[in-house]
Amino acid sequence: MDIKDVENLAELARLELTAEEKKSLLKDFDSILAYVDSIKNAKLGDVEPEYNMQNVWREDKLEPREFSKELLTGQFPDSQEGFLKVKKIL
Amino acid sequence: MIDLKNLTIEKAHRGFKNGEYTCRELTEAYLGIIRDKNKELNAYLEVFDDVLTQAAEADKRFKAGKAELLTGIPIAIKDNILFQGHTASAGSKILENYTASYDAFVIKKLKEAGAIILGRTNMDEFAMGSSTQTSAYGVSRNPYDLSRVPGGSSGGSAIAVAANLSLVSLGTETCGSVREPAAFCGLVGLKPTYGAVSRNGIIAMGNSLDQVSPFGKNVRDTEIIFNFLSKYDSEDSTSVPGERRRLNFLENEGLTSGSPKTIGVPWHLFEKGMDPEVIDNFKQSVEKFKKAGYEIKEIELPFSKYSLEAYYIIMPAEVSTNLARFDGIRYGYSQQGSSEAKNLKDVYMKSRGKGFGQEARRRILLGTYVLSHGYYDAYYNKAIKVREKIKAEIIEAFKKVDLIATPTAPMPAFKLGEKLDDPVAMYLCDIFSAPANLSGVPSIALPSGKTKNDLPLSIQFMAPHFCENALFAVGKRFEAIRESE
Repeated sequence: MDIKDVENLAELARLELTAEEKKSLLKDFDSILAYVDSIKNAKLGDVEPEYNMQNVWREDKLEPREFSKELLTGQFPDSQEGFLKVKKIL
Repeated sequence: MIDLKNLTIEKAHRGFKNGEYTCRELTEAYLGIIRDKNKELNAYLEVFDDVLTQAAEADKRFKAGKAELLTGIPIAIKDNILFQGHTASAGSKILENYTASYDAFVIKKLKEAGAIILGRTNMDEFAMGSSTQTSAYGVSRNPYDLSRVPGGSSGGSAIAVAANLSLVSLGTETCGSVREPAAFCGLVGLKPTYGAVSRNGIIAMGNSLDQVSPFGKNVRDTEIIFNFLSKYDSEDSTSVPGERRRLNFLENEGLTSGSPKTIGVPWHLFEKGMDPEVIDNFKQSVEKFKKAGYEIKEIELPFSKYSLEAYYIIMPAEVSTNLARFDGIRYGYSQQGSSEAKNLKDVYMKSRGKGFGQEARRRILLGTYVLSHGYYDAYYNKAIKVREKIKAEIIEAFKKVDLIATPTAPMPAFKLGEKLDDPVAMYLCDIFSAPANLSGVPSIALPSGKTKNDLPLSIQFMAPHFCENALFAVGKRFEAIRESE
């Protein structure tokens, strides 16, 4: 991994980083990846994950929920006439 | 004066019932200690302002004869558990001003019972850490030695119980976040079976691993809280319905109805990297069980030695997905008003860049990496296969033994500041925690003595899925063995 990889990942993950932070993250990744790399030595043979599947979806029925609308809209960082306001996309 | 040090849930309940003290008086006793000690320990980030109202309600229930066992029982909650109308910040700056808009399942249950929810406790940011040093709200201190960490990530909840700032508390576990601080603070900590306690209303870190987990001063208190919270919840798709719990139960009937008799020890997992006092204490504990009539068997768990590696691939992958929702748009810390943020993407980049701390950033990026094209097979896919193998070998081991024992953590509580610059050294604190979280089996940490510097030591047991009863049985037996010494 090099500093370009860190920048690319940060862009994908939408994280603004300072030059200092990028350097320190690169150093951390080197040691963490060196550690987790040993998983490549695990000799697995054929593994078929055994999924115990069952339907966990609820029926599409209207049910009351205890959400408070005021608590949700009151926390918008920016709003106009009760609607969430965001900046332009481009 | 109420003897808080030796107070248990059942004693407090009798105290209320017999009129020895009211719920309000007990709550005030805890509030007094919080006032004296919290500044130094930093266990609580906030004591809720409605605590005395809750206590008054509880007293009314006792007067009306409608009290149950948890009515009036003071409990502290980790800062990642939603309590409607109260701040829940998950130890992070990005949620510093977030107010919970609904109650977590566990909070709903506690409210129904009339428990007193005292406040929210400090934790590693988004539960990422083993020492409560990554919180955006400062470090917390171990009550046994203020220069040392309490463990983490549920450090605040552990301190609250260990220093009598609460009777019991809730933490959450993704990999050792309750058992390791229980070990460092001399408490009992239970990581329930995955799917036993609803995760609805818990700020998620790793969904395939997270579980709400109680702390207590003794096994019985932990058992009471677990039995109370272990209920099916249709709002959590990973909550296991009752009939499937019963099936698991029946498969292990001998173990769940009687008491465990054989203990397996995977000695090969702790050949190196151990603090000598921890391993000596563990060997002594095993001897005590042998003398008490338990059969000790050596077992091999060849894939479990890759547990922590698998965990540090699977967990960041889930973290990078989970934490994508914190974007400065709908709630929490936001750079929406910043003049430097020209468009939507700038708001995302700046809010997340400034809102997340160092460890959260590390894990988000690491997760993005292991899930990215070209690395997915080598890391994520390999890790989930290793996880299957670990689960299979643990289930297989339970055909030969009733329980599996290991030390809870490889070292006692370490100094504040230690391991902060070396993420891998920090991750290794949870090396013995990972198998239970990856395989979903329940595990309990039990106090097992002290080091020569008077720091707590701990032994941990794992049991088959939904066999928490076997853990409580062995735990109570161990308490009795240690009391008779």
